[in-house]
Amino acid sequence: MYALKFKEKVCATCPSADCLLKCQYMSFSGHKEAHGEMMKVVRGKDSRVLNECATCYACEEYCKRGNHPFYLICERREEKGMFTAARPITNQWINMTKMQGKYMVGAVKDKVLSCCYIPDLGVLGSGEIFKDVASAAAFGAEFMCPAVHTHFARMSVVKERLPVVIENFKKLGAKEVICLHDECYGTFTSIASAYGIDVPFKPVYYMDFLLERMKQLKDKIKPLNIKAAYQRPCSNRLIPDKLPMVKKILNLIGVKLPKRIYQDENCLCCGEIIRSVSGYKLADDVQKRNIDDMLESGAEYCVFNCPACQSSLSEKVAKKGLKPIHIIDLCKMAIGEKEREVA
Amino acid sequence: MSEILKSLIDIVGERGVSNAPEELWFYSRDPGVLTPHLPDYVVAPKTTEEVQKIVLLANREKIPIVPMGNGMSLTGLVIPLKGGIVMDMKRMNKILEVNQMARYAVVEGGTSQGVLKAYLQDHYPQLRHSIPDAPPTTTIAANMALHGQGRLTQQYGFNSDMVTGMEIVLPTGDICKIGSPSLGPYWFSKGPTLPDLSGLFLGWLGTTGIITKIGLRLYPNKKIRDVELFVTDRVDLIPDMLYKLTHLEMLEDINVWFQPKPLMFLGNFHITIYFTGDDEEEIAFKRKLIWDALQEYMDSKNGGFMSVQYMKGMLLEMPQRAIADFADVPKGGGFEYSGPITIIEHFPQYAAKVVELAKKYDVLYASSARLISGGHCMMFSISFAFNRNDPAMMTRVKHALDEATAFALEMGGIPWKPNFMEQKMTMKKMEPNALKILQMIKKNLDPQGIMNPGNWEVN
Repeated sequence: MYALKFKEKVCATCPSADCLLKCQYMSFSGHKEAHGEMMKVVRGKDSRVLNECATCYACEEYCKRGNHPFYLICERREEKGMFTAARPITNQWINMTKMQGKYMVGAVKDKVLSCCYIPDLGVLGSGEIFKDVASAAAFGAEFMCPAVHTHFARMSVVKERLPVVIENFKKLGAKEVICLHDECYGTFTSIASAYGIDVPFKPVYYMDFLLERMKQLKDKIKPLNIKAAYQRPCSNRLIPDKLPMVKKILNLIGVKLPKRIYQDENCLCCGEIIRSVSGYKLADDVQKRNIDDMLESGAEYCVFNCPACQSSLSEKVAKKGLKPIHIIDLCKMAIGEKEREVA
Repeated sequence: MSEILKSLIDIVGERGVSNAPEELWFYSRDPGVLTPHLPDYVVAPKTTEEVQKIVLLANREKIPIVPMGNGMSLTGLVIPLKGGIVMDMKRMNKILEVNQMARYAVVEGGTSQGVLKAYLQDHYPQLRHSIPDAPPTTTIAANMALHGQGRLTQQYGFNSDMVTGMEIVLPTGDICKIGSPSLGPYWFSKGPTLPDLSGLFLGWLGTTGIITKIGLRLYPNKKIRDVELFVTDRVDLIPDMLYKLTHLEMLEDINVWFQPKPLMFLGNFHITIYFTGDDEEEIAFKRKLIWDALQEYMDSKNGGFMSVQYMKGMLLEMPQRAIADFADVPKGGGFEYSGPITIIEHFPQYAAKVVELAKKYDVLYASSARLISGGHCMMFSISFAFNRNDPAMMTRVKHALDEATAFALEMGGIPWKPNFMEQKMTMKKMEPNALKILQMIKKNLDPQGIMNPGNWEVN
């Protein structure tokens, strides 16, 4: 079994304790307390962090010293037999994502378009933008990044399944895996690296692909001239270096991101996992603050990166007058492939 | 041409009668596992008077009559066990009245659930009826006659509790009205404060008369419906969870279900909680109460709410089509269930029995319980899917269902829409003086024993 490569000394000598001090769901009086609690986690002792962490992944981004505080919290929770969400919900996720040989693979050559285990991604990964890779799609539990189980503190499931998923992609013979799910890219880069799991292909972040394609389709772009609020997903915290991609793409198609309180590093979770882990009160509060902030910024659209966030927030933002849309659909709208009204 | 056929044509016209083998074939069976039996004739009357004439003819000729709605009971209740005439009521499908202020409707005996639902949506969007999770072609009168349930059963009781009056053609051919319509033009009460004669027909499965008109209660149709789905793996906690939910006294419907397929459902019990409101504030308030009612189970990690966003459309469908999907899991589209009415505290024992039977008979199960009348009891469906093209599988399902009924009776439950074998088992266990009353009623109402014979044969 793979083990987390966590450097205790790096943590012990941390001058900031940002991993916890910046946390939006736990409060600490200052560096001393935050650092002390994190060190308890490091040393396998009981810490309130293990009870209170809402699993937003953000500490992976807050830590600038290359350690993996969130994965460690997950490891410790599982070691202690803790459940973040209800036991039946945890097991439901494990069952639901189990590989059963019911996958779909297209005509894969050099590249494969990973649709994870999310049917919506198959629809998104189509049209002019994806015309050269849509036929090389792979979908199913066999190709699903298992990162979701971190929310439920089941790193054992992640460690067991991730090598199999990687092997399944390897068997397809592709050199590049274009990840339509933000979390897949985060898994192949951040989690695999943290556990020393070899990835024998090049994971491609779909926004890199999208930006390149939109540059190629520049002549077709009619600037949308709209303002949008971006809902950053939890998984993006695993790959903060990719955050600027959103602005680059949106800039290309004439979408402005008005300044918000909850954006970039200070973004809020979509709230759906928080509902399972921390209850409806916190989830409702997070969603309300988030949507109010979007509205106050003057945004007309709420732009999603992750279909799970989109599922969680679409109805809620729509009721408040914002138009929910995935960033890929926004690009399709800019090249005239998708009607504005549909959004 | 036989004299009987000629007489039936005289009553309803040529297009309303058939004894063609290909049509009798369809009327000889239902989608369940019981052996088909051919009728001699099929007749589809259009009026109460035609029904009366057919009944008088059957009396004269001493041939059986089986009144039929859409034939979807699954337990063979309209299979003509002793031949005779199947009376297909579907041409009597008019909505006769909707009294908006008194919230009731009066419909003919063959009116379907779907027709009434569509009519109310178009003309009285503020009203609804308790639609069952059966195909929309099933009929209202048949559902009420077998003590069916629907979307509003948790709040207001069995659908038969919602009857507000009836017009019946008795087995002797007499036409009579039951309840307030027997005294005047209003269909607002099936009995009270009179002696409640509706009990002579409800639950009798067409063996004491033919319902030609029926009044039913309508209820407020709130603007928003919503749903939450609570999941637990502790079957022993379910009665308590249901007790806490029904204490809220504000939920539209509560179903508890479990099934091994697809894999995401394996090992868990799911409580689907429906609620309604006229605005977002009312919905939010009710959702808060629901979550708070089950908070202790979340704190102990024994249960939690799952995200329903992607299932919401399916869950909010009325009627739900998921049952039809389940029927086709083993391919071949067969599905039947035993649905005893029982007390909620027996849920764990029933749940264990389902799994035991499925294992013993090597069949696929799915089980669902609907709460009735604020939790006074529940309908627990022990459901098995089968391939219609696999006689051995059908036999195994039949044995499993027989055993399920025997179990329900042992547990003090009441079989729901029992097939003729289950009726016999029920009568065998029934207190003798209660059975004696049934005998007296049947003998007096149907002296020639022509009404749906083979069912409720108490004599």
